[in-house]
Amino acid sequence: MSEILALSATAAAAAVAAGELDAGELFEAYRARAAADQLNAFVWVAERAPAAVAGPLGGVPLAVKDLFCTAGVPSQSGSRILEGYCPPYTATVVERLAAAGAPLLGKTNQDEFAMGSSTENSGFGPVRNPWDRGRVPGGSSGGSAAAVAARLAPWALGTDTGGSIRQPAALCGIVGLKPTYGAVSRYGMIAFASSLDQAGPLTRDVTDAALLYGSMVGARDPRDSTSLEFPGTIELPQRTDLAGVRIGVPVELSGEGIEPGVLRAFEAALELMRGLGASVEECALPHAPHALAAYYVLAPAEASSNLARFDGVRYGYRAAGAADLMEMYTRTRHDGFGPEVKRRIMLGTYALSSGYYDAYYGRAQRVRTKIAQDFAAAFGRFDFIATPTAPGVAFELGAKTADPLAMYLNDFCTVPMSLAGIPAISIPCGLAPPPGGGLELPVGLQLAGPAFSENALLEAAYALEQAIEFDGSAPNEA
Amino acid sequence: MIERDEVRHVARLARLQLSDEEVDRMAVELAGVLDHIATIAELDLDAVEPTSHVVAVENALRDDEPQPSLPREQALAGAPAVADDGFAVPSPQA
Repeated sequence: MSEILALSATAAAAAVAAGELDAGELFEAYRARAAADQLNAFVWVAERAPAAVAGPLGGVPLAVKDLFCTAGVPSQSGSRILEGYCPPYTATVVERLAAAGAPLLGKTNQDEFAMGSSTENSGFGPVRNPWDRGRVPGGSSGGSAAAVAARLAPWALGTDTGGSIRQPAALCGIVGLKPTYGAVSRYGMIAFASSLDQAGPLTRDVTDAALLYGSMVGARDPRDSTSLEFPGTIELPQRTDLAGVRIGVPVELSGEGIEPGVLRAFEAALELMRGLGASVEECALPHAPHALAAYYVLAPAEASSNLARFDGVRYGYRAAGAADLMEMYTRTRHDGFGPEVKRRIMLGTYALSSGYYDAYYGRAQRVRTKIAQDFAAAFGRFDFIATPTAPGVAFELGAKTADPLAMYLNDFCTVPMSLAGIPAISIPCGLAPPPGGGLELPVGLQLAGPAFSENALLEAAYALEQAIEFDGSAPNEA
Repeated sequence: MIERDEVRHVARLARLQLSDEEVDRMAVELAGVLDHIATIAELDLDAVEPTSHVVAVENALRDDEPQPSLPREQALAGAPAVADDGFAVPSPQA
């Protein structure tokens, strides 16, 4: 059993293809672990393996974030307002992965409607970090990240709006890729902020991320008018050096506000990159410090519109005993949404309301333009931008729940790439003690590249991963 | 600080009932976040075009071919209340 768990997803797929491993046995090994989950990473686990499908993903089972619609299976986006909701259709990306041979293992816990950086905002209880169960796994894809780090799942699907794949990957010591906006269909994803939401893989290593991502992209999805055909195919990375690769390190995202232990691990990784032949130089993203402010206008504004659909009429929870329609709406939404979701709906509605639209939403859209221009200028001189993924290591449960702004600052280094729509990957680059001392915890390094540079990004991340030799097993969980 | 009446007005726009305690808390929390957001007021953005979407997609149309729609019973399966093959909502006249 433990030999099966020790295999990366790519190695497991190869073992199944070679006839050395039975796909049913592989599924059951993970199913049993997911069903005995102690981290609250799963909100639903399959009872048995679906009929086998031959494909490049080799029958390696997949954990899927709760917000992806899966026909006949609870899809609640971490919200009590959708408790028990089973949609009549399946998200395009989940369908594509199942057709490529990755059967659904279970649905993973998340911050409600993907709003959060700790998974403490779930309507179904917080997720624990497998490195230290007193700490958060990050969020919003915290269930997916914890499941992969604790080997409850070989790999997982998450979504990233402002950092929700990359930050939990960093805090759990695994790999997370936020693709180019539009590369993966959003059809069947319960929407948070539609101009930013993007699905991506959370995996044990870069090779697994490339293998899974390769089956997520492809032809344009006629059911998502913002999806794009991916130019070419995703190759498994082979590169072991970084000769001639130019890395830019934005001063705005790699100094102030970053924990000292995180900076040390980040700088050690930059040295390794130099050792592999890369040139590493400071660069400027002058508007990056304003990205968070723009994001916390744009994302809540889009959310306030997207979440209007939860009205107690067509699906989900309805408050009982309302005298008229308006009371039914307002009480359903009061009872069904958690505090953070209410906060964002209020913030977004305020920013879009008469008299404030230009000052908030209009200005934030212009900041978004400036941030995209900053990246375009930087990519004239550099192949990739490198930053710490998150400003700190995993923090204790409850440490930031009382201060929304402190929680939002977790996204400081990841939000600029989201606003620009460019791909970014987080890989583990070492361990660091938390500021108060204690067990060392994983640190993530973020590499970002121009739109549709995923192959080059995965190659560079792979080369660096080989040099870092991070031991990915969370203590006491394997 | 945001006035409580303004919080109540926005909550009405959002079709969201808030208790008095929630209104008090929201007034403080929103003000804190809006203070941070106010930093973008410092930037000179007059000559900058807004970005609503990072990917240039224009008129993404599919072929206009009839396709099967969701069967009625499936569309109604998740509804809290159903009447006469439709979604039922509370009505003072009912």
